[in-house]
Amino acid sequence: MQLGLAAQDGRIVASDDGLTAPLAVRGLTVTYGEKPALFALDATFDAGAMSAIIGPNGAGKSTLLKAVLGMVTPVSGTVHAYGQPVREVLDRIAYVPQRATVDWDFPTRVIDVVLMGMARELGLLRRVRQDHRDRAMACLVRVGMEHFAERQIGQLSGGQQQRVFLARALAQGADLYLLDEPFAGVDAATEKAIVAVLKSLRDSGRTVVVVHHDLATVSTYFERALLINTTRVAEGPVATVLTPETLQATYGGRLAHAQLAQILG
Amino acid sequence: MIGAEFVALSLPPILIGCLAAIACAIPGNFLLLRRQALIGDAISHVVLPGIVIGFLVSRQVSTWPMMLGAGGAALVAVLLIEVVRRAGKLEPGAAMGVVFSTMFAGGVLLLEQSDTSSVHLDVQHALYGNLESLIWLDATGWASLFDMQALAGLPPELPRMAITCLIVTGVTALLWRPLKLSTFDEGFARALGLPVRALSLALVIMAAMAAVAAFDAVGSIIVIAMFICPPAAARLMTDRLGQQVGLSVVFAAISAVTGYVLAGYGPLWLGFDNSVSAAGMIATMSGLILALAAGFGPRRAPRIA
Repeated sequence: MQLGLAAQDGRIVASDDGLTAPLAVRGLTVTYGEKPALFALDATFDAGAMSAIIGPNGAGKSTLLKAVLGMVTPVSGTVHAYGQPVREVLDRIAYVPQRATVDWDFPTRVIDVVLMGMARELGLLRRVRQDHRDRAMACLVRVGMEHFAERQIGQLSGGQQQRVFLARALAQGADLYLLDEPFAGVDAATEKAIVAVLKSLRDSGRTVVVVHHDLATVSTYFERALLINTTRVAEGPVATVLTPETLQATYGGRLAHAQLAQILG
Repeated sequence: MIGAEFVALSLPPILIGCLAAIACAIPGNFLLLRRQALIGDAISHVVLPGIVIGFLVSRQVSTWPMMLGAGGAALVAVLLIEVVRRAGKLEPGAAMGVVFSTMFAGGVLLLEQSDTSSVHLDVQHALYGNLESLIWLDATGWASLFDMQALAGLPPELPRMAITCLIVTGVTALLWRPLKLSTFDEGFARALGLPVRALSLALVIMAAMAAVAAFDAVGSIIVIAMFICPPAAARLMTDRLGQQVGLSVVFAAISAVTGYVLAGYGPLWLGFDNSVSAAGMIATMSGLILALAAGFGPRRAPRIA
């Protein structure tokens, strides 16, 4: 499989360098039924950078995160984090799923959701101590939600829900952060708050990978971008990757000139 | 009413009813929140042919053959659902509906044709159970509760139901945190590396154990009502999962006690000389509690997203 892909149009599709990066994806193919969601995808995410995963609906952006985390089983390909199979280092990876994937009417409080981020560390029977609560509160402070700790989660606005999810990811105390559309349907204040938290993570050497849908903000928020549409279209620093050609290739030529002008500044 | 006669005739069925209701209500909370409440319904239907076959093979109404039969039936059901779903290109809900009603019907036919007249296993018992007949003939009064010899004559359903209830409670307490997490956010639970499938399986197995043990004592009507009504009513009373499960246990016990007493004595108080089905009355009471919670519960208002 890898040899065959390497031969495809004369470039190395699957190579072994970069496997010690915070996240290295090689030759990843995922199918739902007979339709491939991802095909022979390569991607490398470096430490201390904020990277955007960009592509049209159905391009496989969420699937990529799910495959990385082992939530869907790839047909082929490998995923390494910090040089090891992801299974071995799950405790170094934090995940923020799409907000809409859970039932916000679930009977629980904000602080309990944040404590879920410590589930691995708490195990089955360890009591939640004051120390855990303090850490959870500190995470809520970072996203500006400390006054909502005792609220039932059903009483939160969309932006507040998203901040709680980010606080839960912070509570995981991870080195690699994977976020699935964290800015979808949130207010401007929340978007600003989330970006600030992500930048502080990056500045402390953490790796941040965000599935992002708003092309207009890519170059302001992110240093690196991965453009995908089932397979990789382009990858690298935002300034070199975001070109009219790569964007049109990613979006199948559906972007208008005005849009392109706005994205490329 | 609270004398020797009560201890012999009413106390065991009330206790069995309570334990059955509680054992079903606890996993019912999680099934409800996972939008899988019908799994309880499905299980209680699907196990009937298994229980009948277990009885036909072993010729006795005892726990292990029936549990094995029920477990086998559940496995067959899972396979059949998969087959129907693929071969018939049906959505999972429809496939489940087809399989569990067909298997229940098969169980009823099997039950009708087989010679089970010597034991408490027939179509009526499959639906209503035989709660009223689970009496304790060795009891002479409250003192019998401390008399080992008399205790040995307790209906075997009582210790069986008690052990099931204890296991369900213990396993739920042990798995509380991962069960809650995977019920709220399965994707996140999987990303943490929690064994999400094993947890779902553990929940279904708990529900199945409760359903089979309760089915034998109280019939499928109570089983269905108890999986759904007490947890649904409790959900309308609180926004905390721990309190919800606690309240569902209280509601289950209240339904069982009031249902049994009203079925046995209510018609007499009203001047009729027959009692009504305890199982039916218990299920009715649980429905009434749900109706009250829906009407007056503090958390009944739909929230804005």
